[in-house]
Amino acid sequence: MQGMNSAVASTLPADWRDFFALTKPRVMSLVIFTGLCGLLAAPGTINPVIGFTAVLCIALGAGGAAALNQWWEADLDAGMKRTASRPLPAGRLARGDALTFGIILSSLSVIVMGLGVHWLNALILALSIFYYAVIYTIWLKPRTPQNIVIGGGAGAFPPMIGWVAVTGEITLMPVLLFAIIFFWTPPHFWALALFVKSDYAKVGIPMMPVVAGERSTRRQILFYALVMVPVAVAPWLVGGTGAFYGGAALVLSLAFLGLTLPVAFRTQAEEDAMRPEKRLFGFSILYLFALFAALVADRFAAAQGWAQGVIA
Amino acid sequence: MTPDEEAEIKRRQKGRNIVLGIVLLFFVALFYAITIVRMGD
Repeated sequence: MQGMNSAVASTLPADWRDFFALTKPRVMSLVIFTGLCGLLAAPGTINPVIGFTAVLCIALGAGGAAALNQWWEADLDAGMKRTASRPLPAGRLARGDALTFGIILSSLSVIVMGLGVHWLNALILALSIFYYAVIYTIWLKPRTPQNIVIGGGAGAFPPMIGWVAVTGEITLMPVLLFAIIFFWTPPHFWALALFVKSDYAKVGIPMMPVVAGERSTRRQILFYALVMVPVAVAPWLVGGTGAFYGGAALVLSLAFLGLTLPVAFRTQAEEDAMRPEKRLFGFSILYLFALFAALVADRFAAAQGWAQGVIA
Repeated sequence: MTPDEEAEIKRRQKGRNIVLGIVLLFFVALFYAITIVRMGD
């Protein structure tokens, strides 16, 4: 439909693929992974059908929140190269349709979660959607350079929801899983922000490197990484996992911190290839996958009786 | 409206109807499965 102008395009019914794109499928895949890991790592058992429903609802909720985010940010997206071709700014979808779609998807995910899994789960899911779509997108993202820290909270809900689907209660462990992603997000994102010159400033979104400067951003990357190390090891320290997870978390987190140090204490030169920043960003993704995989492996090892001393 | 536009509208409506149909059938099956599991609890 590239050749068709937006006036004509908006009178056409939107293609279903544009609704699908509204859910940010790539972000959804990470949400599904961490949600599933939280579910698999939790003590106890869950019927596969109910477990599947829980992960499905996490994904639907994330999709609904993403649609609401794009409905609100359509004008901003239009002004940035990376996002200008999304369905709303490109004129392939009417704005009201995106709002309706986001509300239906969000409501459906919460209702199905409550009926099929647990109403406590539905409550946390509803809270996470509200947090992302309203508190983050509408309220704080345009107002503070700490927006990434706040946005990280939204990404931190899925493993907690997955865990609570099995146990039916909020204990220390799901809160720790939440905290891991929360403290992981700022170093992960700001490493990227240092080497990708985005046009957020053009549309008035205060990103840390632009507002506080490169030096301050580098120091804050180090700060969050320093907090993240003990938080990542904490599930083992409080007895929530076995030594396998503890060892993996320690090694992975120290490697993460090791890669943070050169980023924290250098300044960008002219014609800088930004290798330390790119390395940190690349490793940060691997880190999160490996850490959650270790969490699940630890639980399976305990279930098989390979490890001792694992409690809820 | 040109015949081309008309054909495009038809194509998109058909695509959306098929996807929506699949989604609805999927939820019917899911709720059936959830009900069976819940009755066994």
